[in-house]
Amino acid sequence: MAPVVLSLVALVVVLVAAASVGSVAIRPFALVAAVVDGVQGHAHGPAETIVWQLRLPRVLLAALVGSALALAGATFQGVFRNPLADPYLLGAASGAGFGASAVLVLAGSVPWLTRLGVPGAAFACALATVVLVMVLARRDGGLPAVSLILAGVVLGSILSAGTSFLMLAARDRAAGILSWLLGSFAFASWDRVLSVLPLLVVATVPLLLAGRALDVMQLGEESAAQLGVPVERVRLALLAAATLATAAAVAVAGVIGFVGLVVPHAVRLAFGARHMRLLPLSALWGAVFLVLADLFARTVLAPAELPVGIVTALVGGPFFLLLLRRQRSR
Amino acid sequence: MSIEVLELYAGYGRGDVLAACELRVEPGEVLGVIGPNGAGKSTLVRVLTRRLAPRSGGVTVDGRALARIGRLELARSLAVVPQLPELPAGFSVRELVAMGRTPHLGLLRPERVEDRRAVDRALRATDTVALADREATRLSGGERQRVVLARALAQRPRYLLLDEPTNHLDLRYQVEMLEYTRREVDRGVGALVVLHDLNLASRFCDRLVVLQAGRVVAQGTPTQVLTEALVSRVYGTRVDVHTIGARPLVVPHLPEGALAADP
Repeated sequence: MAPVVLSLVALVVVLVAAASVGSVAIRPFALVAAVVDGVQGHAHGPAETIVWQLRLPRVLLAALVGSALALAGATFQGVFRNPLADPYLLGAASGAGFGASAVLVLAGSVPWLTRLGVPGAAFACALATVVLVMVLARRDGGLPAVSLILAGVVLGSILSAGTSFLMLAARDRAAGILSWLLGSFAFASWDRVLSVLPLLVVATVPLLLAGRALDVMQLGEESAAQLGVPVERVRLALLAAATLATAAAVAVAGVIGFVGLVVPHAVRLAFGARHMRLLPLSALWGAVFLVLADLFARTVLAPAELPVGIVTALVGGPFFLLLLRRQRSR
Repeated sequence: MSIEVLELYAGYGRGDVLAACELRVEPGEVLGVIGPNGAGKSTLVRVLTRRLAPRSGGVTVDGRALARIGRLELARSLAVVPQLPELPAGFSVRELVAMGRTPHLGLLRPERVEDRRAVDRALRATDTVALADREATRLSGGERQRVVLARALAQRPRYLLLDEPTNHLDLRYQVEMLEYTRREVDRGVGALVVLHDLNLASRFCDRLVVLQAGRVVAQGTPTQVLTEALVSRVYGTRVDVHTIGARPLVVPHLPEGALAADP
């Protein structure tokens, strides 16, 4: 239990710090006052308004998205027994990217697309892509890992090609598409926080309960089945929940890479491979990691902002390469 | 009370790999399944672990049809030591053995005192107590196989199915694996062991079943089964059978010219 408490404390500290830092620095006391005022529905001074209307939703959204992506990543790695798996393995990112680009390009000319909005289209396309991948990968009533991964990679390539085409066809919108694809919390609002929160709760609860199932599944399908685990059903349920979390995260923040890949590995190195620990700790450290990455993204070139996906890749990329090297030398 | 295989036909594609296969494992005995490569031993294991559905005939466990038994319930009565067990990285021996409690806990219930006791007992029964906190992937092949047996014992099964448990082990670990299994059998567990080594089978098993081309061609005590005529015929090579310690010992019969010169 101790690591979970420790990680929770770390998360709270990071949340407070990130909410305090920005173009206007805010002392912790003023932060607490702003939160109290905001909850009661009336923010007083300009500092309180900044905290309540801008900083808090942004910090909380980064935390939610980070925990969703890291938890989904840990689940994908466990289900596929592959350390290189990440939440986008089955095409959620390319699906969301295509959906978002379609809205960004066609908004104005296609009314129902405009009404759907970028988050709605990203969410729907991410889910649809993964469902299609699963349908394509079905073999004799089962979902073999290899055909899932292949179908995910191929469909992902097709959709990425579609996105590239849209960017070339509408050059004036290309910058908007690109910055969405790299992820950002600049549009964070309480509306967005509250729209993803229920989806993430629904997706997260089953994943946090899947510890023993994922542990036993590490023994291989045969042994897991011989220990009484309904492998196919568990795998389908976990992939569905992880995909829901991923789609919700991508819809509100764009495609943020490396969180779902790197955080579970770091947690595994620090706290061990048991999923009963790995899953909740990945969620907590995913939140810490992305809140810090977003803090860096919005402060380092202030008043300009870096896309947060660039920051996570700058940290995550080298780590990933290190991992690959270790994998090979084994 | 027994595992019974009756008139079992099973196979892949068109042909039957097992034809009219019949055998029975009683509590408190070790039944050895022997036979040349391709005789149907692996197919029998696949049917018993429900990875392959029989074409006809069937298997009953304590009187109930195998196909009708729930997953968790089956895992509580039959534990499997697979031929090539996988041990994932990052787990300690104790954690791996504790996975044997899954059939008693389901996927959600937390461990109880009796689960920890069953794990301790399984560790003691396989002499792996000293290894409990080590990472399993760092162990030797023989130690790993003991961990897999411990996991099976933590299931507290009534029957053990061991699929060539001594493969790739050196002599000492082969004997140890079979000794640990024997101790469980003495406490009332029934064991079905697929073995390649006829002499280990002879020493270790109470009864033997000989498979050839999917059929049971002989069944009985090692002395009844391991005769020169039968082994020579089934394996397609001449053997000599001696008796040592009241058990048959099978030795390949090599023509004078093929023997290495005794210096």
